[in-house]
Amino acid sequence: MIAEAGHYALVLALALALIQSTVPMLGARWHDQALMNVARSTALAQLLFVAASFAALVTLHVTSDFSVVNVFENSHSLKPMIYKITGVWGNHEGSMLLWVLILALFGGLVAAFGNNLPLSLRAHVLAVQAWIASAFYLFILITSNPFLRIANPPLEGRDLNPVLQDIGLAVHPPMLYLGYVGFSISFSFAVAALLEGRIDAAWARWVRPWTLLAWIFLTLGIAMGSYWAYYELGWGGWWFWDPVENASLMPWLAGTALLHSLVVMEKRNALKVWTILLSILTFSLSLLGTFLVRSGVLTSVHAFATDPTRGVFILLILCIFIGGSLSLYAWRASALKQGGLFAPISREGALVLNNLFLTTACATVFIGTLYPLALEVVTGDKISVGAPFFNLTFAPLFLPLMIAVPFGPLLAWKRGDLLGAAQRLVAAGIAALIAIAVLWAWTRGGSAFAPLAIGLAVFVIAGALTDLAERTGLFRVPLATALRRARGLPRSNWGTVFAHAGVGVALIGIVCETTWNSEYIGSMKPDDVAHIAGYEMKLDGVTQRQGPNFREMVARFTVSLDGKRLGDMTPSKRNFTTRQSTTTEAALLTRGASQLYISLGDTAADGAIAVRIYHKPMVLLIWFGPVLMAFGGLLSLSDRRLRVGAPKPAHVPRGLQAAE
Amino acid sequence: MTRRQRRLTLIGGSLAVLAVAAALVLNAMRDSIVFFSTPAAVAEKHIAAGKRFRLGGLVERGSLVHGDNLAVTFKVGDGTATLPVAFKGILPDLFREGQGVVAEGALDASGVFRADTVLAKHDETYMPKVVADALKKQGHWKDDYGAKPDYNAKSAGASRAAQSARPVQGALQ
Repeated sequence: MIAEAGHYALVLALALALIQSTVPMLGARWHDQALMNVARSTALAQLLFVAASFAALVTLHVTSDFSVVNVFENSHSLKPMIYKITGVWGNHEGSMLLWVLILALFGGLVAAFGNNLPLSLRAHVLAVQAWIASAFYLFILITSNPFLRIANPPLEGRDLNPVLQDIGLAVHPPMLYLGYVGFSISFSFAVAALLEGRIDAAWARWVRPWTLLAWIFLTLGIAMGSYWAYYELGWGGWWFWDPVENASLMPWLAGTALLHSLVVMEKRNALKVWTILLSILTFSLSLLGTFLVRSGVLTSVHAFATDPTRGVFILLILCIFIGGSLSLYAWRASALKQGGLFAPISREGALVLNNLFLTTACATVFIGTLYPLALEVVTGDKISVGAPFFNLTFAPLFLPLMIAVPFGPLLAWKRGDLLGAAQRLVAAGIAALIAIAVLWAWTRGGSAFAPLAIGLAVFVIAGALTDLAERTGLFRVPLATALRRARGLPRSNWGTVFAHAGVGVALIGIVCETTWNSEYIGSMKPDDVAHIAGYEMKLDGVTQRQGPNFREMVARFTVSLDGKRLGDMTPSKRNFTTRQSTTTEAALLTRGASQLYISLGDTAADGAIAVRIYHKPMVLLIWFGPVLMAFGGLLSLSDRRLRVGAPKPAHVPRGLQAAE
Repeated sequence: MTRRQRRLTLIGGSLAVLAVAAALVLNAMRDSIVFFSTPAAVAEKHIAAGKRFRLGGLVERGSLVHGDNLAVTFKVGDGTATLPVAFKGILPDLFREGQGVVAEGALDASGVFRADTVLAKHDETYMPKVVADALKKQGHWKDDYGAKPDYNAKSAGASRAAQSARPVQGALQ
């Protein structure tokens, strides 16, 4: 019954989406308020029915109803409760249902909190939102129905892929989807603006909080996924330049560019046409990501056996939405009025530079990800484009961007003073030089690259703090005044400081981890001692343990530094009987921002066990940086000016900037 | 500055950055792209020793030998030819005889493929797409490779994992 009810709810959601995608459009055309208001109620009702459908699937998984194919294939009655729930989206059908649930959630949020939007704009936005929703409901109902039954229900399920039986699955996909799908709102706003042929600074003010929200989740989702891969895969890598990772990085890069161009549009009413294009591209890249992952078209180490009909269906959705929106753009964009003027050296100019580098970097990732596919289609040659390609293209494009980051916030709108900004950054530059000198001396003639890159990161962080000091007048006015100014500083300024500093922090982590990472790989017997980066790890012994749905071999290591015992580490290998597969559970010991990492390999006939031990200096900063960025985004989002649903304020004077 | 000059500056700057990016991409394409090959294609094309490529195929049954200090050797076959592979390090959890594998490395002078990375897939019915394609092309495709369990529903596929599933790789530099 529950499965049928869930299926039926999804069909109803589709019907509602079809109404929502047409009636409000007609209403906007005929200036009929009642018809336009249909959008609001259908969006909320749609959310209700998708949520009901999703709840039905969760219930089926929780109660282990193996008469449903999806539950049978991905669940097991002995699986811990948390994985029964997360297993709902640990498979294709369920994850697509989560995708549409989040899409409906964003639509519902616009409907619920969009009271201050002009009626026709809201009607258009929700109608476009419903087009996307309809396409994906059809996709689920036709090719990936999660509610299919088995005629002769088996007694036991086939269990969830063991790699996915981890808390990471509870957090990473929902976060990532909130980001991916969240960009649908800026897409819908952009298409609505093109349909209406009207766009102004207020438009940017409405779109910015939604973009920011999606960006925050995408940032956290990517960081979370990276950390998950790091501890779950057992060889200490945190980014593989894998197509599926690139699929999430591309919308992030485009979304970051979009956030910055929205600032220009909101403040200066410029870059309108470009911002619209970027909104379309960002969501197109999210759709492309869905296609790449769901179709199995790429020989990705992530891509699991998938059904080609699904790929064709998603490709169709992709072509219709991307092709349609870009055609609409080509047709209508020229109708949008040109915005304000600015000199190349200005805040706007700096933000254009940011956009230029971010989109170009995004384009190189795009080429690296899709070139193998194109080449295979054209010539039949199979190639793989790996990390070296991206290190040679992406990194050189990101370096000038990083150098420019501290300058941007210090330049004035309209016409900036580059020399003045440079003078104010002298302190940051000195800090960077000191960092380079100290590291150079400390590493004594090691690679020159690492100290320089860390110096750059220090420059970015110090530059962000300089911006803060400039705005509060720190060191120039009495401390109490500076503190008062800091309290009065708009939260979006604080957001900029944290987000930019986060970029620097992540860079430090990346450089330290890649340069000074040390590893020990070998086989060890009980009482053997491994030495790495000054630490001693003694293998005490190996024990067997029975888990809820697996057997586990646990090795116990005692870690000590200079003869002083620091603690135990217990890496293990789990054997999942249902799927006959093994996972490696790495053990981590955190020392400040650095980590010791042990993972196990095979056991040899003589009882020796293969181990892989890493010392990863400053590795946690890699993920702490994105968390800082997301926190900055959150601060910015909480700025009164941007709060979702806040009444349209009079233009806030930037009176709290330090008066020169 | 007039609108026209401003626009020219913007376009000029954009073109400069794009040109740099294009140069970087072309340069990287020349050096860092790795071709994929099967044992049969290796035998046919006489790939030079030292040239990096990816080798894909099935691990021959009974060919896996563990040596000292984590050294392993095994043979990768595609039905026509086999190629000996040497690897030092920890194999991925799902590395098994009779299953698909992709190894990256280069041939040495004696014709042994020295792998520095071995990839296996986290799905018991999985075969790398490149391997499956190559086997199909040579007519060695058997339907039971990656066969889908058939309950009664035609939609039921082999086990799949979430979009966000993470890979399993074994690598040793």
